[in-house]
Amino acid sequence: MSHVWRPLFVALALVAGILIFRTFYVPKDFGVGEAGYMYGWHNFTNEKFWKEIKVKYQGSGQCKECHRENFTSIQKTPHGIIPCENCHGPGVGHPGKIAKLPIDVNRLLCLRCHAILKYPNSDRGKIRGIDPATHQDPNVECVTCHDPHNPNLGVLKKSPQRFPVYEQESKKEGRTAK
Amino acid sequence: MDRRDFLKRTITIIAGAAIPASALEFIDPKRLLAAGSSDYKWVFLADTQKCVGCGFCVKACKLENEVPYDADVSRTWVERYVICKDGKMRVENGMPNPGFGINADSPKAGRDGFTTPQIDIGEGRHVEVKEEDISKAFFVPKLCNQCDNPPCVQVCPVGATYKTADGVVLVDRSWCIGCGYCIMGCPYGVRFFHPLLKVAEKCNFCYHRITKGMKTACVQSCPFGARQIGNLKDPNDPVTRTIMYGRVGVLKSEYGTKPQVYYLALDREVR
Repeated sequence: MSHVWRPLFVALALVAGILIFRTFYVPKDFGVGEAGYMYGWHNFTNEKFWKEIKVKYQGSGQCKECHRENFTSIQKTPHGIIPCENCHGPGVGHPGKIAKLPIDVNRLLCLRCHAILKYPNSDRGKIRGIDPATHQDPNVECVTCHDPHNPNLGVLKKSPQRFPVYEQESKKEGRTAK
Repeated sequence: MDRRDFLKRTITIIAGAAIPASALEFIDPKRLLAAGSSDYKWVFLADTQKCVGCGFCVKACKLENEVPYDADVSRTWVERYVICKDGKMRVENGMPNPGFGINADSPKAGRDGFTTPQIDIGEGRHVEVKEEDISKAFFVPKLCNQCDNPPCVQVCPVGATYKTADGVVLVDRSWCIGCGYCIMGCPYGVRFFHPLLKVAEKCNFCYHRITKGMKTACVQSCPFGARQIGNLKDPNDPVTRTIMYGRVGVLKSEYGTKPQVYYLALDREVR
């Protein structure tokens, strides 16, 4: 046989090698889905991986099971639209591992909506707001005077000490509520 | 070889070469069944009028999907646009505003909301637009558009990112080599490099939630209903009805990506 053919055999051996390597290396479930050749190539078991990620935000429906009183009372106020977990944190592991969810009483939490921004093309402009720099003492949490579960200004001014949330937090930090 | 033979062989070779490789593939019926079709086609609807820029959606997304909380990356974000009556950008102390002709910002992806009228123009600098100078000002939630023609999937050299039958683009973390082509390829800039896992990361409409019948974390945490998710294959879905019968816009339609995040009250200034 002519030596001219030898490079061809080398090339064929390379191709065969790659094909053999490929059969072992590419996972069995690697294929094309409904999305077609251009967009569909993937390992099908990876879809399962994404479906099994743990859910952290449980939804206010779960809070209602035990905290019915708080759940129903806030529904009567404008704050009823805010899901519990926005302020109380994701409910995963509670009750159980996490006996008490940490409550965010930071002033910045309230300012997300209530720092005044008079924007004409956004519903933000319709929310009652304050100027964070000039409204009361910027170092005092809003919950000192306002009850987030009953954000009625008239009621609050009459009974400013009824804020169990703030008292809990204050005790923790060695401060007094007043 | 005579002339007749030569022509015959030429035609045979050309005909053989014209058959695409895919036509010779043996299609396994089992694989076709496994691929299946879906009763779902997930789409998103964002209302820029209802959005107040509270940023609860960004906070919820980061905690739900374990995106490093303080890193400057996020699967979703909220942008603020403040457009002046004179159509000009505001500048600070004679320094140029690096924005592209408009006052827009998204500090920390909007994770902590927008609590000041000061517009973040980067490098720790801010500009303020006087209330009487504002002609339009609003917030725009952004997230992955789950394009029907996803450029990020097309450019992936290893098949680590793909579109599912129900219309969501996912990333296979075990298969991704971290080359970053998809991050460059996305015209919406929704992809980023996961700082801990060192793979491409993106919004996937909370695939673990929507496949369990739940809403995405951002939709659930929005107190104002500015974010909604729906199933385009269900004609009675309120989101589907809005997309079919309402006036909706999409971002950067000129790229031909067929984005599946629809916007109400979109403005031409939104990029």
